[in-house]
Amino acid sequence: MATRELEVTLQERDGMSVLALHGDVNASAEEALQSAYVEATSGSPRAVVLDFGDVDYINSTGIALIVGLLAQARAREVEVRASGLSDHYREIFEITRLADFMTIEEGDGDA
Amino acid sequence: MAALTRPFRRRLLRRGRAAAAAGPGERPAPADTAPEQAPIEIAPNDPLLAYFQAAGEAVDIEELELDSPALRELKEAGVKLAVPLVSQGELIGVLNLGPRMSEQEYSSDDRKLLDNLAAQAAPALRVGQLVREQEAEAATRQRFEQELEVARLIQQNFLPKQLPDLPGWQVAAYYRPAREVGGDFYDVIPLPDGRVAFVVGDVTDKGVPAALVMSATRSVLRASATRLVEPGVVLERVNEHLCPDMPAKMFVTCLYGVLDPKTGLLRFANAGHDLPYVKTAEGVIELRARGMPLGLMPGMAYEEKEAVLQPGDSVLLHSDGVVEAHDPEREMFGFPRLKQTMAGVAGGQELIDRVISELEAFTGPGAEQEDDITMVTLERSAGAAMLSPAANGTVLAEFDLASEPGNEREAIARVEAAIAGTGLEQARIERLKTAVAEATMNAMEHGSEYRADRPVSIRVLGSADSVRVQVSDLGGARELPERETPDLEAKLAGRQKPRGWGLFLIEQMVDEARVTGDEGRRTLELVVRLRGGDDGDT
Repeated sequence: MATRELEVTLQERDGMSVLALHGDVNASAEEALQSAYVEATSGSPRAVVLDFGDVDYINSTGIALIVGLLAQARAREVEVRASGLSDHYREIFEITRLADFMTIEEGDGDA
Repeated sequence: MAALTRPFRRRLLRRGRAAAAAGPGERPAPADTAPEQAPIEIAPNDPLLAYFQAAGEAVDIEELELDSPALRELKEAGVKLAVPLVSQGELIGVLNLGPRMSEQEYSSDDRKLLDNLAAQAAPALRVGQLVREQEAEAATRQRFEQELEVARLIQQNFLPKQLPDLPGWQVAAYYRPAREVGGDFYDVIPLPDGRVAFVVGDVTDKGVPAALVMSATRSVLRASATRLVEPGVVLERVNEHLCPDMPAKMFVTCLYGVLDPKTGLLRFANAGHDLPYVKTAEGVIELRARGMPLGLMPGMAYEEKEAVLQPGDSVLLHSDGVVEAHDPEREMFGFPRLKQTMAGVAGGQELIDRVISELEAFTGPGAEQEDDITMVTLERSAGAAMLSPAANGTVLAEFDLASEPGNEREAIARVEAAIAGTGLEQARIERLKTAVAEATMNAMEHGSEYRADRPVSIRVLGSADSVRVQVSDLGGARELPERETPDLEAKLAGRQKPRGWGLFLIEQMVDEARVTGDEGRRTLELVVRLRGGDDGDT
């Protein structure tokens, strides 16, 4: 289980910017995540969706990055959603109360 | 001086009788050409000395009236004319002339010639004297260096060539003699029953005498250690042996301990030596036991104490060269500093390295080491007790990871592989993996500062009812990271930093998380029970 550097691809879906995350959400994901977020919010989307469908590792630093994104989004009143979370990470989003501040989309996340 | 004056005397005076007088503090010159004449010395308080120093020309001895023993001697020796040799205001010799062969008085030309001669001979003579003084000093220095070398050889010859390899223990030693070799020594003596004796001692005095007493002490200690069981009795016996032959004003301080590596039981006795320190989960404490230094008086008894070293505990035996080192302001390093240093590191070689670097920082760059420095450390590996299978389960995996970012993924992969057969539910495995990743990152970051040479050790244990993962860092004096409960609202509002989720996650992910050891060598143990517990997963 080697580390996998995060890559982010940007998609549009129903007026929302979808950040499809591929890889690990850890300390080295900061730049990819931040620049994708800036790009995603440049067109004033209805919401930003973080798609975790191709993520199988999020650590505490990754949580902190998501908190950082969420803080920026709240300041500009942009809604943030999360999709594709595995049961495990959905639990972590609940424990950390991230789930209280972003909409968790139900889906076929867990492998 | 005689060698310089003699040729001149012959040439100038032909048949004159003469004697050389030595200046103050000089050795009398041999009077080999005039054996009937003993050299005349001028005492430092003799008024003749001041007179000669101030004269500036040849002096008529017969006409001189002074209350001076040297002057009387000169007159008795038949000296008529004395020519002081003065260099830089200091009388360094005198040319003494007897009567002329012609029995005429010395002419003013003769005197002028002699004065000129004195003016030239004095500085040359002074140079000769200085060269001789320097040669003598160099010879003394060389003798001193040779003696130092002998002392060093004796001492080093008697230090253990290698330390025993004790499973579950780390033993390290350090010895650095001061330039003027002191009498420190240490020894590690394997005993027949598997126990090991540890000794650190210090002989008063320095140089060869100290080295000889040290080697005698060591021999008697070794002989007694293998025959006797009780540390107090060993010191008693050594004291009895040393007392009769101990040179006056010399004695030996010595800490003697016997460790049972299997149980961690350390029994010790102390003959007036600096107290060893033991570091436990509760903090650093001294190991106290009363006793007089060895070799002072016969019939002494030595108190015997014991301590049990738990996994993660370590002991430091040391000599006074550590605590008595001074900084440039003459402040001593002292016991509190040593204690504090010990609190900050795990033990073993690392503790020694830390003390040395703290000491060097304290004394300042280039400071000469004042006294011998000796340290012996014993560290019981953290987690050693977990090897007992009955109570703690079996070891499913044990490995070290270099402290490099990303290696926590390696940790979770190996832990996952190790617990594959335990029957732990998948959801609980996922939670344990997250806890292991966070614990490993925490250890790599806070314990090992992401230094590749400070690996993180991971041990996975399985028993009938639980899986436990122990994550240990060999790190330095890093305090536990802040344990602030993360408050997402505060973080989103910028009142708390976005980070700080690690320990929170660990606690949430496992049934039990406990830190053992202390802030130096930390072991974070994660416990997940196989059945029951509050799952919360779907």
